Amino acid sequence: MSDSSQSAEHDIDIKKHVRIYIIVFVTLLALTLITVAVSYLHLSIVPAVTVALVIATVKASLVACYFMHLISEKKLIYISLSFTAVFFIALMFLPLWHMSDNLTH
Amino acid sequence: MQIPYTVTPRSDTGLFNGKLGIWLFLASEVMLFGALFSSYVLLRTGAPTWPRGWEELNIPLATLNTAILITSSVTMVMSWASLMMKDFNKFRRYMGSTILLAFGFLVVKAFEYGHKFELGHFPSTSNFFAVYFTMTGLHGLHVIGGIVVNSYLLGPGSKMWNTEPERFTNRVEIAGLYWHFVDLVWIFLFPSLYLL
Repeated sequence: MSDSSQSAEHDIDIKKHVRIYIIVFVTLLALTLITVAVSYLHLSIVPAVTVALVIATVKASLVACYFMHLISEKKLIYISLSFTAVFFIALMFLPLWHMSDNLTH
Repeated sequence: MQIPYTVTPRSDTGLFNGKLGIWLFLASEVMLFGALFSSYVLLRTGAPTWPRGWEELNIPLATLNTAILITSSVTMVMSWASLMMKDFNKFRRYMGSTILLAFGFLVVKAFEYGHKFELGHFPSTSNFFAVYFTMTGLHGLHVIGGIVVNSYLLGPGSKMWNTEPERFTNRVEIAGLYWHFVDLVWIFLFPSLYLL
């Protein structure tokens, strides 16, 4: 393949990426408005936390997958991040451990 | 001496060194903010009463800041995409916009903090405000760090585009990964502090 046709293909590829960035941008703004609108319903804490965290997780996944290109990364990065995820989840469970400790004593 | 693997990927990792470096740094950042989120959950669940975010904080201002940060993430990734398309002028416009938006975020935050201080709300006021100021303050410091790095890449650092364009593009990509992480942290801070 010639250099010029390779470069044209590369440009088309980047332009495709740019289209995806715009779609993700609009989706992120829409999800922000939805989560704010739901907060004005003043739901009780459990459904409020569930809705807010589900929407935040979807938004964070969009940023990580498309803006940070995690959707097509190298294996070593996935391995490093899976370790991080395990430790992060453990960290989030520490308060639960504390709460169950309080209940049993 | 030439620094190795700034452009070409290492055969064992498949990555240029800076990319692996920033991801490991971001992993440590996840744990830093994770510790704060975990402490927040512990303090909130252990407290007899805890105010709902909307009772104490300004949701419209925080929503505006969320929109500003999301927009800055798009302009950041567009600045990298511009370099990939060899359009340096577009890069300058997008990177400049990213920096301006970051300043915009800080200005809104300063208004918010100022209003809280006027009302006599300080980190020492309650656990709620201690958590609020600690988490948003640390996040704000990250925003300032991003402004410093991005300003360098827009200013003196951009000379590298003329001599080593691929290396410069990789630098912008790495700065972008950091900036998107700052956005990502805010995506969780916003509902956790303001909406719940």
